[in-house]
Amino acid sequence: MSEPIIELRGIEKHFGPVIALAGVSLGVHPGECHCLLGDNGAGKSTFIKVMSGVHQPTKGEIRFEGAPMRFGDPREAIAAGISTVYQDLAMIPLMSVARNFFMGNEPQKRVMGIPFFDHDHANRVTMQEMARLGIRLRGPDQAVGTLSGGERQTVAIARAAYFGAKVLILDEPTSALGVRQTSNVLATIDAVRKRGVAVVFITHNVRHAHAVGDRFTVLNRGKTLGTASRGEITPEQLQDMMAGGEELAELEGSLGGTV
Amino acid sequence: MTENVDQGAHDERIKQTSKLRDWLIRPELGAACGTILVFVFFLMIARDTGMFAPDGIRNWMIVAAQFAIIATGACLLMIAGEFDLSIGSMIGFSGIVIAILSVQVGLPMWLAIIGAFVVAMAIGAFNGFLVIRTGLPSFIVTLASLYILRGLTIWLSILTTNRTIISGVGQAGEGDWLGIAFGGVAFQGLFQWFADVGILATYATGTRAGQPLVAGVPMMIIWAIVLIVFAHLLLTRTRFGNWIYAAGGNAQAARYAGVPVNRVKILMFMFTAFCATVFAAAQVMEFGSAAADRGMLKELEAIICVVIGGALLTGGYGSVVGAAMGALIFGIVQQGLYFAGAESSLFRVFLGVILLMGVILNTYIRQIITGEK
Repeated sequence: MSEPIIELRGIEKHFGPVIALAGVSLGVHPGECHCLLGDNGAGKSTFIKVMSGVHQPTKGEIRFEGAPMRFGDPREAIAAGISTVYQDLAMIPLMSVARNFFMGNEPQKRVMGIPFFDHDHANRVTMQEMARLGIRLRGPDQAVGTLSGGERQTVAIARAAYFGAKVLILDEPTSALGVRQTSNVLATIDAVRKRGVAVVFITHNVRHAHAVGDRFTVLNRGKTLGTASRGEITPEQLQDMMAGGEELAELEGSLGGTV
Repeated sequence: MTENVDQGAHDERIKQTSKLRDWLIRPELGAACGTILVFVFFLMIARDTGMFAPDGIRNWMIVAAQFAIIATGACLLMIAGEFDLSIGSMIGFSGIVIAILSVQVGLPMWLAIIGAFVVAMAIGAFNGFLVIRTGLPSFIVTLASLYILRGLTIWLSILTTNRTIISGVGQAGEGDWLGIAFGGVAFQGLFQWFADVGILATYATGTRAGQPLVAGVPMMIIWAIVLIVFAHLLLTRTRFGNWIYAAGGNAQAARYAGVPVNRVKILMFMFTAFCATVFAAAQVMEFGSAAADRGMLKELEAIICVVIGGALLTGGYGSVVGAAMGALIFGIVQQGLYFAGAESSLFRVFLGVILLMGVILNTYIRQIITGEK
């Protein structure tokens, strides 16, 4: 396989006396979907915030495209090609789909030397991209609030890919979705990966991870428990690692293997 | 949450909506209906009172323009997700600063006016900076500014002149180019021509015999139109406008998308202060004096205009054109009640009623936009 496009080594993050991350390592290749699994409180959110430039690591090294990198804020990370889609903060419901799609990347055209928002271009591209994703809009000025949760995630992922993200970090994109919506989002992730984007897929749902993941890294109590490739590990083993093993096995026994 | 099961090519679960419904959810709807309503109403009850004669029109247009100037600033700021309760105090403050700099310090009028703009916008920026840095609601921060600025205005006025009204601004600004830009009238030649050909009535006697009753368009109205057009284009037709919507719609989501939310909000606080100072400068030049109590309650009236205009109090949605129509409604009603000989306190009753109606309508519209209805 090629060189990893982004690599994090021994990342530690302390918040005062709390050690949120105690040495996490992860590398993602272009065109790979790398799933980051972990239970609540495992440090997933802190870790992606380090990757996306929201937090600066206390210790450890980030290498992006082979060179050491330190992002001061999210804008720097976005400019470098690292985009993050947050679960609840992907889109702004009151704004139109077109305005959302181009938020922060507004196309401009000059009229008498004054730069204006190029609504024609924005509307055309939005309708085109939505058609490609199978989202039918009444028009580009339809408010995002009328889209379903799955459609919002899909649009946000498509937006990041359209604006040239090399690394796409997805923060629990499927956790609040129904079955059909989840498959749509997973299909979009697959499509984006095939275009050569490195995808980091954060989830605590092993089945969702197994559907699209190439490699799996499990976080527990701020540490990496290990990385496995697809085929080397079963969903059950992943589930056990996430929860820290034995206790869950007992629980699962009493619940008849439904967890 | 409703599941949108079918996302395929033929989606029978998306209802085709009528053009009427599309038009109904425009933010300006309520204000447009209101404008037509008050026009018809006062055409019926106050037609013979001179309300719709040229000088009558000028009177309520000036009042509407005053509301529109501050509503424009308040509108963009509210869409960006913040309030400014210090607009009224800022009007008084800027007026006193102009008067002190020109009459007391003796600066030329243009320099005094520019000085007031600089000071006001710096205070606006400070308001914004405090809101951003402390993370407190702008409601509270600017409520503090409301009192601080009003107190400072009265204190400064008494300190320099021993009274709360500073007169003599008219003489100090005589013939000053920037003074005329705020206190003068435009299109004088055109209005004189109107009078000469008989469209416009003229003074029959006195020193102004032969001159038209309405000398021209007061600069207050010109400023209102310029500000409305500028703000409307900025909001709907530029990249920055998209950032204003985004900052108010969800600041954190906007930040994650790379929108410089803090800069947008601080600039909008400065723009609001700018609008308040335009109001103050025009008023001071028109009256020839500044008073420390000017602009009382104007912040609330500006917010009411904006809300009637369809903006959501929670930010992220609204219209400058709607706010301007809200201002027009106010101008017509305030002056119309006067012309109709009604009790002027009824104006406040009207304010309250129309505010309530506006907010209820807006809540309903938002539910339609976000698909809850």
